[in-house]
Amino acid sequence: MSDRLPGFSTLAVHAGAQPDPTTGARATPIYQTTSFVFNDADHAASLFGLQAFGNIYTRIGNPTNAVLEERVAALEGGTAALAVASGHAAQVVILQQLLQPGDEFIAARKLYGGSINQFTHAFKSFGWNVVWADPDDIASFERAVTPRTKAIFIESIANPAGSITDIEAISTVARKAGVPLIVDNTLASPYLIRPIDHGADIVVHSLTKFLGGHGNSLGGIIVDAGTFDWSTGGKYPMLSEPRPEYHGIRLQETFGNFAFAIACRVLGLRDLGPALSPFNAFMILTGIETLPLRMQKHCDNAKAVAEFLAGHPAVASVNYAGLASDKYNQLARKYAPKGAGAVFTFSLKGGYDAGVSLVSKLQLFSHLANVGDTRSLVIHPASTTHSQLDDAAKVKSGAGPDVVRLSIGIEDKEDLIADLEQALGA
Amino acid sequence: MNHDAYPDNYIRGILNSVKSIAMVGASPVNVRPSYFAFKYLAQRGYDMIPVNPGHVGKELLGKPFIASLSDIGRPIDMIDIFRNSSHIMPVVEEALTLDPLPKVIWMQLGARDDAAALKAESVGIKVVMNRCPKIEYGRLSSEISWMGVNSRTLSSKRAPVPTQGMRLSLNRMSVGGGDTAASDRAAKNKTEQS
Repeated sequence: MSDRLPGFSTLAVHAGAQPDPTTGARATPIYQTTSFVFNDADHAASLFGLQAFGNIYTRIGNPTNAVLEERVAALEGGTAALAVASGHAAQVVILQQLLQPGDEFIAARKLYGGSINQFTHAFKSFGWNVVWADPDDIASFERAVTPRTKAIFIESIANPAGSITDIEAISTVARKAGVPLIVDNTLASPYLIRPIDHGADIVVHSLTKFLGGHGNSLGGIIVDAGTFDWSTGGKYPMLSEPRPEYHGIRLQETFGNFAFAIACRVLGLRDLGPALSPFNAFMILTGIETLPLRMQKHCDNAKAVAEFLAGHPAVASVNYAGLASDKYNQLARKYAPKGAGAVFTFSLKGGYDAGVSLVSKLQLFSHLANVGDTRSLVIHPASTTHSQLDDAAKVKSGAGPDVVRLSIGIEDKEDLIADLEQALGA
Repeated sequence: MNHDAYPDNYIRGILNSVKSIAMVGASPVNVRPSYFAFKYLAQRGYDMIPVNPGHVGKELLGKPFIASLSDIGRPIDMIDIFRNSSHIMPVVEEALTLDPLPKVIWMQLGARDDAAALKAESVGIKVVMNRCPKIEYGRLSSEISWMGVNSRTLSSKRAPVPTQGMRLSLNRMSVGGGDTAASDRAAKNKTEQS
């Protein structure tokens, strides 16, 4: 390749966006419209038949959303992406392309509590059966593979304790099983970890978190790595077989290395309907422009706060992979050398009551159920995000009753430490 | 030419310079990839010639099917081969008997025959393998970005005002953008295994 490759920060600002050809607008315009005019009847037919690239209806695609899609695809090193209304919607759309009723997928046990609920209950009602495996025990993924396994799902940096997953080891299991590896990269963002470089076939994000970064807009995105061959053995009929929805088109042979993203758009988003508002896409795009700056500050602050907590007499333990003493520090050095993220947990010697007291006394940290905001956030997972799990499952997923989760923002670290100090001390 | 990854200017130069394209293996069935590409390229102003011995006597979007490259009877700039890798060599051999020679031989997405490519390149023909001219045209004009596809280009220049709702300038000034190295590697591994 003679073409020079730009760096991450350049892509974060430029990828997908060019000056508007009609008006010259340099910022990406918000195309707040439901529908787009056709040139003529043949153009309309070509668009509906997937023969031409273009816009039809915002439930299928929108020019503002398309800039966001191309930008995240470029940042992740993928061939294409599809933005949807939320991270949860992204997960439904992905698995709809891969699983038939009665099929299975293997998921890491350490996941965002909302994903555990979605997989356990909602997906079960679709006949998509989750089989849990332990991300700290790679062999447990191998043991879980059956002829009905269609995918493996993990988080790169796992909720709630910020543990680091050995993506390459699990991608080897997926390759051997002939199934795609799906990596939820929400807590790392592509600034810290690019899962595709480590063997992921599909990357999914809640854009609501670090990518958007300002806690103001929901969104989700699916990135196609363009690495998986969907044509073998009729295992993935949504991609390899003639689709009656489109008069017999085979998506893989028509769209090549971005066929999965197209399937998610024309079979998933079109028919299930969780479209992203163009306004949200605009807000998230604006956030992504500063992702490298914010993410580094998030990580640097998180490390300082984790070190402070580790030395505090009221704290029993701190789970932060960026600490040299942490169980996941080796993996963090390998996968996330710029920083181990900004979401982690710690436990208090005073147990459940001390956790409740801490949350009530904090003045800068906001008590709410989100992560990846500019503001620092605190939550007690056992009574909120992970409250639907039974006690054993809470402990297994790292959300025991004495555990407090922090999402460190981009304020001055001295102020965050002072706030924790007064709340722990009094 | 390194056939694992082509510089944008190589592809741009080809798509900007060729005018007539003979498509070997063109299908009249309107859900086949060859039909998609044929229609798209015809709409972009290329002089398209469908070549398929099974459909002689019929037309594809108003153009009569021709049985073989030798039967076209006039100079052609580019041959776009919509056949599997195992059927590439005879088409290239036939192309090499044409006078004048074509300037470009293009093998579709999924098709690659390095020996055939070498043969064509040895007589000065440019070769592209495992790519789709429709996708490449859409990528370099950034039209494909509407589908959320990584165009692997960046530009701070205003594109020409669209005609008929399309962004079509292949000469949009751009530099390299986000790479798709993992996908390129996967394609290479697949070729080497087969």
